[in-house]
Amino acid sequence: MDMTEQIIEAVKKAYETQGREGLDVFNIASAEVEKSLSTMDYVLKRADGALTVVSIVGVNGTGKTTTAAKMAHMIQQQGKISVLAACDTFRAAAIEQLKLWGERLKVPVIAGADKADPAAIAHDAITASLARRADYLIVDTAGRLHTKHNLMQELQKLHRVMGKQLAGAPHEVLLVLDATTGMNALNQAREFHKAVPLTGLVVTKLDGTSKGGMVVAIQKELGLPIKFVGLGEQPDDLQPFDARQYAQALFSEKE
Amino acid sequence: MFDTISNKLQNAFKNLRGLGKISESNVSDSLREVRLALLEADVNFKVARDFIERVKTKSLGQEVIESVHPGQQIIKIIHDELVELLGSTNAGLNLSGNPASIMMVGLHGSGKTTSSAKLAKLLTKQGRQPVLVAADVYRPAAMDQLETLGKQLGIPVFLKKGETDVLAIAREAFDFARANNRNTLIFDTAGRLQIDEPLVQELVRLRDLVKPQEILLVLDAATGQEAVNVATHFDQALNITGSILTKLDGDARGGAALSMKAVTGKPIKLAGTGEKLEDFEPFHPERMASRILGM
Ligand SMILES: Nc1nc2c(ncn2[C@@H]2O[C@H](COP(=O)(O)OP(=O)(O)OP(=O)(O)O)[C@@H](O)[C@H]2O)c(=O)[nH]1
Ligand SMILES: Nc1nc2c(ncn2[C@@H]2O[C@H](COP(=O)(O)OP(=O)(O)OP(=O)(O)O)[C@@H](O)[C@H]2O)c(=O)[nH]1
Ligand SMILES: [K+]
Ligand SMILES: [Mg+2]
Ligand SMILES: [Mg+2]
Repeated sequence: MDMTEQIIEAVKKAYETQGREGLDVFNIASAEVEKSLSTMDYVLKRADGALTVVSIVGVNGTGKTTTAAKMAHMIQQQGKISVLAACDTFRAAAIEQLKLWGERLKVPVIAGADKADPAAIAHDAITASLARRADYLIVDTAGRLHTKHNLMQELQKLHRVMGKQLAGAPHEVLLVLDATTGMNALNQAREFHKAVPLTGLVVTKLDGTSKGGMVVAIQKELGLPIKFVGLGEQPDDLQPFDARQYAQALFSEKE
Repeated sequence: MFDTISNKLQNAFKNLRGLGKISESNVSDSLREVRLALLEADVNFKVARDFIERVKTKSLGQEVIESVHPGQQIIKIIHDELVELLGSTNAGLNLSGNPASIMMVGLHGSGKTTSSAKLAKLLTKQGRQPVLVAADVYRPAAMDQLETLGKQLGIPVFLKKGETDVLAIAREAFDFARANNRNTLIFDTAGRLQIDEPLVQELVRLRDLVKPQEILLVLDAATGQEAVNVATHFDQALNITGSILTKLDGDARGGAALSMKAVTGKPIKLAGTGEKLEDFEPFHPERMASRILGM
């Protein structure tokens, strides 16, 4: 049953039991969405071993690098140690971008040269994180369209290399979705999930007028929890997902 | 969801093709399917509704009713109306000033910096002497990104690292252009939300200083229903001259393009079709119409 059908069912039921009087369709809809979203486990995983590796993936320009930085910051704020890996060696100044974030947040950034093999950098980053006894390694990957087979293979290789070095790595694979994206978000999620098994979603740019309604459909179809939401460009603008707040915002007037 | 779009349209078109006689009700039924397909391609719902109304009126005209294959005629009407809505033919850039200036604006991550570089490359090929101006003072390493791209292309980039005043950058950029015999300035600005009033006002001030011939809204082809809001706001604030649709190398239907054109009336001028700097071309309404319809 998709979300729309589920909502219609719930409205029908409410109508049958309580009648038309005081029937608030938006309330019912928002409660149904909340119910559907909050059955998911949205806490960042903690690996059994010493180090948890989080890979940040997605199409071009959704906010991966910014999210990686914010996440590393959030972990440090909780008194744990994080390290960032600059595995986008393709886009112009992607490494500089992450390095600047690292300086600003005082989080170490493991990087290589432009056009270096991302898998080699990830390898170095795991070694460095283990040496530093870090709790989390956040891996920033290059933006890639889910339709590009060779780039998806490159991502698979990156994950394979990490898994060989550290059992279970990457422990979290988070797909970053831009809230402004329309129907294509579902294709993005399907294809990335097929290529690298995702463990969760991050929805960015929710400080804008978009509500990111597509993730409800994605969550329904693929069963992936939304772990965080991005609400701006500052270090603190990353929040753990709150199903109730999200569901209510979805059905409220914004702007 | 996408698997069904084409199916929906194919069904609708099949039904249309099969129609021997046209009636208000069988046309309405088929067009309902077309409307759903447009919505799944991210065409704004109001734009889709108006579009279907127009197609319906035309479809019930004498000419169609009396034709041998009325359904075929309707499919053609749908396609042609869409092409017209998208601007009919490619609209070129106005580069009449000396120097001429172009401002790139848009939401975060839509492709402004990359498109600035791509445009500089394209203009160089056309015999112009562009200079890229790094006018994003917010995003970490935005200037480095433009600098790197400029180096790859061998095209000069004007940058003042550490400067936070966009207007100061713009003033000096003109001096730089003059001193280096560059006749076209391309301003790469920071990504911003259309509702972020202080940041939008910064663009207004930049425009008033630069007096650009072109103000291009850079939009990601995968944008959803919000495209209308985004385009309307940027256009109202800046009076844009057109737009650039990016990331068309993906599988987004790109219905947002239609919304953008329909609400602003400004043409889509260029299209980004990849991450590489040569992946850039004039926008073709014809191709876009077929893509939105999944034909
Ligand atoms: N308003 C807003 N902007 C954001 C948010 N997250 C990221 N951004 C901005 O979006 C733009 C793109 O962010 P990046 O982090 O560079 O995106 P990316 O996915 O790493 O991009 P590529 O590596 O090029 O694929 C930047 O201007 C960010 O500042 C958010 O939650 N809200
Ligand atoms: N596949 C594809 N990627 C593109 C295209 N245009 C831009 N990109 C990518 O999209 C991402 C964002 O591009 P940028 O040029 O940095 O976007 P921006 O609008 O300048 O971003 P901000 O300055 O942060 O607002 C980068 O990874 C680009 O390589 C395109 O046509 N196709
Ligand atoms: K985007
Ligand atoms: Mg990045
Ligand atoms: Mg930029």
